[in-house]
Amino acid sequence: MSTTTKTVKTAARPVRSLAILGIVLVAMTALAFIQGATSVRLGLDLRGGTSVTLQPRIAPGESGKVTNEAIDQAVSIIRQRVNSLGVAESEVAAQGSGTNRQIVISVPGDTGRRVVELVGQTAELRFRQVLASQPSTIAAGSASAPATGVSAEINATFAALDCKKAANLQGTSTDAPSDTIAVCDRSGLTKYILAPAEVLGRQISKASAGIDTQGGNAWYVSLTFNGEGTSAFGALTTRVTTLAEPLNQVAIVLDGLVVSSPRINEPIPSGNAQITGSFTQLEAQDLANVLKYGALPLSFDRGEVQQISPTLGADQLNAGLLAGGLGLLLVLLYSLLYYRGLGLVTVGSLLVAGSLVYLLFLLLGKWIGFTLTLAGIAGAIVAIGVTADSFIIFFERIRDEIREGRSLRTAVDTGWIRARHTILIADFVSIIAAVLLYFFAVGGVRGFAFTLGLTTIVDLIVVFVFTKPLVTIVAKLNFFASGHRFSGFSAKSTGTLPAPKEA
Amino acid sequence: MSKFSGLGGRLYRGETSIDFIGNRRRWYSISALFILASIAALTLQGLHLGIEFKGGSSFTVTKINASIEDARAAVATVGVPGEIIVQNIGTDKVRVQTAALDTPQNNAVQDALATKFSVATENIDTQIIGPSWGKEITRKALYGLFGFLICVMLYLAMAFEPKMSIAAIVAVIHDVFITVGIYALVGFDVTPATVIGFLTILGYSLYDTVVVFDKIRENTRTITASSKSTFSQATNLAVNQTLVRSFNTSLIALLPVGSILFVGAGLLGAGTLKDLSLALFIGLAVGTYSSIFIAPPVLAQLREREPAMIALAKRVNGRGGAALVVAPIVAVPTGQVRGPRNQPKRKGRK
Repeated sequence: MSTTTKTVKTAARPVRSLAILGIVLVAMTALAFIQGATSVRLGLDLRGGTSVTLQPRIAPGESGKVTNEAIDQAVSIIRQRVNSLGVAESEVAAQGSGTNRQIVISVPGDTGRRVVELVGQTAELRFRQVLASQPSTIAAGSASAPATGVSAEINATFAALDCKKAANLQGTSTDAPSDTIAVCDRSGLTKYILAPAEVLGRQISKASAGIDTQGGNAWYVSLTFNGEGTSAFGALTTRVTTLAEPLNQVAIVLDGLVVSSPRINEPIPSGNAQITGSFTQLEAQDLANVLKYGALPLSFDRGEVQQISPTLGADQLNAGLLAGGLGLLLVLLYSLLYYRGLGLVTVGSLLVAGSLVYLLFLLLGKWIGFTLTLAGIAGAIVAIGVTADSFIIFFERIRDEIREGRSLRTAVDTGWIRARHTILIADFVSIIAAVLLYFFAVGGVRGFAFTLGLTTIVDLIVVFVFTKPLVTIVAKLNFFASGHRFSGFSAKSTGTLPAPKEA
Repeated sequence: MSKFSGLGGRLYRGETSIDFIGNRRRWYSISALFILASIAALTLQGLHLGIEFKGGSSFTVTKINASIEDARAAVATVGVPGEIIVQNIGTDKVRVQTAALDTPQNNAVQDALATKFSVATENIDTQIIGPSWGKEITRKALYGLFGFLICVMLYLAMAFEPKMSIAAIVAVIHDVFITVGIYALVGFDVTPATVIGFLTILGYSLYDTVVVFDKIRENTRTITASSKSTFSQATNLAVNQTLVRSFNTSLIALLPVGSILFVGAGLLGAGTLKDLSLALFIGLAVGTYSSIFIAPPVLAQLREREPAMIALAKRVNGRGGAALVVAPIVAVPTGQVRGPRNQPKRKGRK
């Protein structure tokens, strides 16, 4: 090992990496400001709200029906219901994979009970004949010709129905199949009176979107019914096809909202139907997915319901911050006491690590919707210890090198090469732990794993581009190099034997 | 402090040495005793599982002077089935835990408590766990545990050597057993937060072990080239050399965890922070113990069986029986290292 070339080479580098780190920090701060990410997004356990975790109920032998598409459909149905509450920042998302997927609904604020009741019901798909329809542009309540063969009560409900109101686009499968109902379509553009259901979603056996290459590349949805469905759909289409508009339309109703209401052009006794129209690819695929989901509707169990009042949320936030501050203070005190002047490097490194983590929280909140939960705060606090540990490994290594008789400057370089190896392996083990926790865990545990992983990576960055360069720089200061009493490198504190007296 | 630092130097040079490897039977016996006690506690008492694992509902009312009797009376009017646990949390909270209820029953309990303590139902912190949810969480925690052990074992086998990975995993399993045993013995509540704590300990306990093993590897890399010390002696020196580091890293890790525990248990009374930090606190302490007292002796035992190490031990012992007694103390880690006395003189140093 040629020590001379090494010191020459490292001479320019520490300042450069500190400068780069400074630029990155400034850039991240600017980015956070530009993106308007000025505060960390807090989880419901820190600001109050309701979260419900739903798990698909799987009957024996039916595990195949919990597909990703089915879960995505269920998510969009539940999102439709939750959005009708009109609470800002409500979230509905799927977590996990395969049959282990769960749907997590989080709604901030005091809507607790309503959310719980809304999201639990199974959404079903039905085919109903259209008895009347009216665009929402006509004001609700204005007189319209009552539909024939429908009770006055339903006609009145229909007349009063305002599809522009969020509450009326909630869905929920309160529509009994045997009732005549007045409902809106999903987008709130049209309202309908619909006859009792004649074909049910479960009677669909297949649905897919396709493109008609001969007929001008139009997208369509094809649909196949099972035996029962074939005869029911055959009877329905035969009866309505000759009727006048809108009675010749059949509405596809999912979760109490009309998804599509195609006109029946001819009787379809074969059980194979095609829905055409000016579909885009996306629209055709969406409709096909709705039909597929309707064939095998998912029921959910409420796995976990958590209602946290804003008071408790604030308490938990304060407690988390207090614990973090206290933990940080203790670590700083200990390193200053034990490592003296070198402890200042620890203080600086922890501050840099802290600001990096904070900026990442801000930006990730904006980019991937990262929310900080209580478990996340705990993960970050635990990480203070892990981060400080890397410094200790490095510092102790330097001391070991000094004990072997090296000068401080050489000790920093040789100690770093050895410490780096240990730090990399140890941090990598932490990252494995965080990744596995993240993928195997549910709910709050994921928040913990995420912050733990994130802070471990930040720890690596800080040790490499801040702590090491800084130690290299301070090693040149006489205060440290001479082994001053308070430098943390004094002969007394490293336990180096006094230099032998000349005989 | 500086006395302790001076100790670091003496440990490093081997002037002060604790015989971790030679006394392994003593450490093994202590651990065996703890593990037996853990198994006994687990079979006799079992773990005190929180409602997250069993299914059930928990209602917490925040109200100064809320009494357990009032809460119990309020819930009794609803007439819910199963056992009802009512306890005070901190000074201003009362918590009611019931078996798994359906939605109308949950609402009825909420309403009854709200009326009794005249608070809004929204201000009652509620947690409802479905009966099948607990199985899901348990299953996932077990998957996480096994996945972690396998990944880490493979990684350490690659980064170090297979025998080190076996010794490290032995130490981790040791930690899990004892920590779980302490939970069973004392009867602390086990919640998902506790499980997070357990899983984190695994990572942390390995972190400590990795630091020690890294030094052992360094000290024993060229060990068969000379006949100065046996593998056990070199390992023992490595453990002594990293002792101050292990102590410092563990203490530094315990400080923040301790402060979470203090704040979580002292101010909030119960919940995520307390459960998590308690598991971490116990686990970290056990983990530090095992990375010094269990993992290195296990490794030494595994390695000493290798023919090369047996031959080395013969050579070392052959050099003189008397040397063996003090060997762990005077052993010099590697051939290239020079003592402080025969280094070139440096300027500016007293």
